Amino acid sequence: MGNIFLIMFAAILTENFIFSRFLGICPFLGVSNKPSTALGMGMAVTFVMTVSSAVTWAVYRFILQPLKIEYLKTIAFILVIATLVQFIEMFLRKYVPALYGALGIYLPLITTNCAVLGSALLNIQKGYSFGESVAFGFASALGFTMAILIFAGVREKLAFSTPPKCFRGFPILLISASLAAMAFAGFSGMKLG
Amino acid sequence: MKNPILKQMKEGIVTNNPTFVQLLGMCPTLATTTSVMNALGMGVAVIAVLTFSNLFISLVRNIIPKQIRIASYIVIISGFVTAVELTIKAFFPAIDASLGLFIPLIVVNCIILARAEAFASKNNPLMAVIDGISTGIGFTLALFSIALVREILGTGKIFAASNGTGGVTLLGPWYSPATIFLLPAGAFLTLGFILALVQKIADKIEEKNHKKEVEKYIDETFAVVPAEGAAEADVPVRTDAEGGDR
Repeated sequence: MGNIFLIMFAAILTENFIFSRFLGICPFLGVSNKPSTALGMGMAVTFVMTVSSAVTWAVYRFILQPLKIEYLKTIAFILVIATLVQFIEMFLRKYVPALYGALGIYLPLITTNCAVLGSALLNIQKGYSFGESVAFGFASALGFTMAILIFAGVREKLAFSTPPKCFRGFPILLISASLAAMAFAGFSGMKLG
Repeated sequence: MKNPILKQMKEGIVTNNPTFVQLLGMCPTLATTTSVMNALGMGVAVIAVLTFSNLFISLVRNIIPKQIRIASYIVIISGFVTAVELTIKAFFPAIDASLGLFIPLIVVNCIILARAEAFASKNNPLMAVIDGISTGIGFTLALFSIALVREILGTGKIFAASNGTGGVTLLGPWYSPATIFLLPAGAFLTLGFILALVQKIADKIEEKNHKKEVEKYIDETFAVVPAEGAAEADVPVRTDAEGGDR
């Protein structure tokens, strides 16, 4: 249990997906203009990443390993994730329309979010057990949500600033992200697990 | 620039540079530019995947049904990514150790899917290969320029091997390396400043073109006046007819 807590703590703060691992930068820069959309994306990612961590772990352990085709894990995982996202979308539309309304437009984008495939591959690379994999997927996604929410708040303020002309748009965003990353670098001194 | 091949190459490397202009594939751009060697390794891996996947997708473009094309592209791409990953593992274990996760993650790199969907699925194999190579080179050059700044400022050296040994010392012992450039914060910072520079240059070029166009416009519209004036002076009777003709 202590181990799982350490994994989750590290995944949220010290090894934050966005600010220290560079996973999921595209949605981080793409959908962080408003806190509400950022929260929607974060929730969708949390949902998909937790489920996909469980499913890809099972696929690896019970299908790829017995057949000795571990080298096909990239292909297998991306297919599993793409199918899973479709499946979740259909399931939510039919049974939880309220949640579907909130997450609907973000779900298709998640297939090509490298954070999801990244967490699945990291689980295997680190040799996590089933429980640890699910905890890692969930906590990483929480870290992602937190980062994207914080940044959405920064971006709202940024909209009223007047940087030099050539810094407008993407450059100033990246420089603000750099400052946020510096704050997160402060956590990296803590050696955990 | 009449030659379509040259035109396509310029398109991929400069005018439509995947990193600096289209802002695609940000994750590997930020993550693998801690050193020039890592950046080049990543660049070559992407060139290989992009060229082969473009070629293959272009070859089968008329067989794949429209509804499932994206899924088919992803399977084709991940096949080539796995091949590249295994090759790197077998022959360049040092690069594999430092790039790690980001080699299999080429599968979800938007540059590759974007070129497949926007170009390879609509053009013949030769052009698709040219497009793959030139977009790949554009990506590699972008990574190279970011890594150059980060490695020189972060370590004072350049071309160090993936494990940090070797390399040419550029900035002498008086320089105390700014380690921040090797950290994630430095990655965002460097890319931000380089993009600002690119935007500045693009603005300058646009301003220049705009000025040229305005000058051309002024020349065309107002040059007529002295000409007409001259015509008037010579043969005043015919001015009306000439003006009407124009």
